[in-house]
Amino acid sequence: MSESEKKNELNRRQFLGNLLRTACGVGLVGMGLGLYAQRAASLPAQVIRPPGALPEEDFLGACIRCGLCVRDCPYDILSLGAIGEQVPTGTPYFIARTGPCEMCEDIPCIKACPTNALDHSLTDIEASRMGLAVVVDQESCIAFQGLRCEVCFNICPIRGRAISLDLQHNARSGKHALFIPVVHSEACTGCGLCERACILEEAAIKVFPTHLAKGELGKHYRLGWREKARKGEALVSPDAEHHYNLPEGVQYDLQGKGLILEGEAVEKPVTKSPLDTLNNSFLDKP
Amino acid sequence: MIEAGKIGKEAIANKGWLMAHRYLILRRISQLGILAIFLSGPLFGLWIAKGNLASSLTLNVLPLTDPYVMLQGMLSGVMPQTAALIGVAIVVLFYFVVGGRVYCSWVCPVNMVTDLAAWLRRRLGLRASSQLSRNARYWMLGLTLVLPLVSAAGIVWELVNPVSVMFRGIVFGIGAGWLLIAGVFLFDLLVAKDGWCGHLCPVGAFYNLLGSKSLVKVNAVRRSACDDCMECYAICPEPQVIKPALKGEKKHLSPVILSSDCTNCGRCIDICGKHVFSYGGRGAVEVKLSGSNKDIQGGVKV
Repeated sequence: MSESEKKNELNRRQFLGNLLRTACGVGLVGMGLGLYAQRAASLPAQVIRPPGALPEEDFLGACIRCGLCVRDCPYDILSLGAIGEQVPTGTPYFIARTGPCEMCEDIPCIKACPTNALDHSLTDIEASRMGLAVVVDQESCIAFQGLRCEVCFNICPIRGRAISLDLQHNARSGKHALFIPVVHSEACTGCGLCERACILEEAAIKVFPTHLAKGELGKHYRLGWREKARKGEALVSPDAEHHYNLPEGVQYDLQGKGLILEGEAVEKPVTKSPLDTLNNSFLDKP
Repeated sequence: MIEAGKIGKEAIANKGWLMAHRYLILRRISQLGILAIFLSGPLFGLWIAKGNLASSLTLNVLPLTDPYVMLQGMLSGVMPQTAALIGVAIVVLFYFVVGGRVYCSWVCPVNMVTDLAAWLRRRLGLRASSQLSRNARYWMLGLTLVLPLVSAAGIVWELVNPVSVMFRGIVFGIGAGWLLIAGVFLFDLLVAKDGWCGHLCPVGAFYNLLGSKSLVKVNAVRRSACDDCMECYAICPEPQVIKPALKGEKKHLSPVILSSDCTNCGRCIDICGKHVFSYGGRGAVEVKLSGSNKDIQGGVKV
């Protein structure tokens, strides 16, 4: 091997060595970043995205972290996540308890977004779904204790539809009503005004990301009475008649008279003595 | 290696302190001024520019969008709004003209941190530097463009990008982001000379490629006046770019610093006591100096 060949060999080795070193180093950085990103991308439950935000996974690819939505929010409720916080760096969010969305009709935050991370096709704020309010604690909500509150019901910008009051019997007092707040997911936008308004030290009604707040019925599951109503008739034909297992000479009418004893005499007038009434059924029997 | 205390002495003696720091001062004014126009709104209610370097709206008319972050967004599958596309076009055009890495030396706030580290390095005489490849930044660039394709977390680089963390942090609140900036500072000071900006930063690498054929360039058109004091090499954050232009006369190389690694920071122009360097176009040609008028500056004998 001549001198120049040796030198070339060395240079090639050096070159390949350097290349490998750089590639490995950057590969390690990539692995670290990927793992960090996985962890950093999970949002805490109390962190709510602005209206129109794409589903979280898409949002993180679309949001370029410019903060223009933050600037155009007239109520200044939005913040950008910073390093050390549990929100992906630079992405906008609000905390309902301290600063809920005031549901501007013109939705300026969406208009400000340069990338469609906040979906520009959303033009009706009532159609936005930032999250879902949930009455999380019936033990501390004073409505469940029979006290009048209804603050969440009254503050709700979609009053009566997103939160309604369900009047129930107050079993404790026996004579009052309970005014129970009930959230309806088909109308609730997750703005969080109810959570801020809740009079408790720690809100009993809270806004959660929808996937945390909603249950889902099994896809195969059908509710018979709804299916019947939808079809207008019984799904099983003919409509099965229920048979009660009763002794001979006795019939039962569920929605009418109740138990019918065949050959029953005309009802006797009520006598003055309670004893006669109590003994009534025995006296006639043979 | 020349002594830190000596760097710039000749330039100051020949041109005065102000002219020997002219572009350094202008760059600081530019970097701080850009921060100021984003900060005047939140601090004093005087809204000039909204947003940050990723995307902004100036005086409610001028949209500017960072093509690098937008590219990452598009790789994870988003289509930007028209304003953002216009913003990208303006930014691309601007840096194509003035030089891609003008972003690094005239806009990026991290530059002030790494310049400080480089200055302290010279002052303290810290020579030790780990052998990073200057090409590592292109690997980093590739990595940051691949991650949006494979990760569920979308624009992954923006979770940790020191450039945006610092700028956005100053304008919107930085949290623990200072730790990251301190990390970059210490890395440049103790681990590798010009380690971040000159070797690893994918933002710089992107703008480097963007401005690879840019029109405004630093040149050494008066290279025959060079007295080999080496101060420009000592002060330059990308010293490998100087030699072809400064010493390429015999090989008939252009006196223009053509490498897109050059950040157009103009420190070499400041630091040179012989007026060798200047800003000019891509096609600038050498100024022939006769032996007697080597010390002439702008037609005036000194």
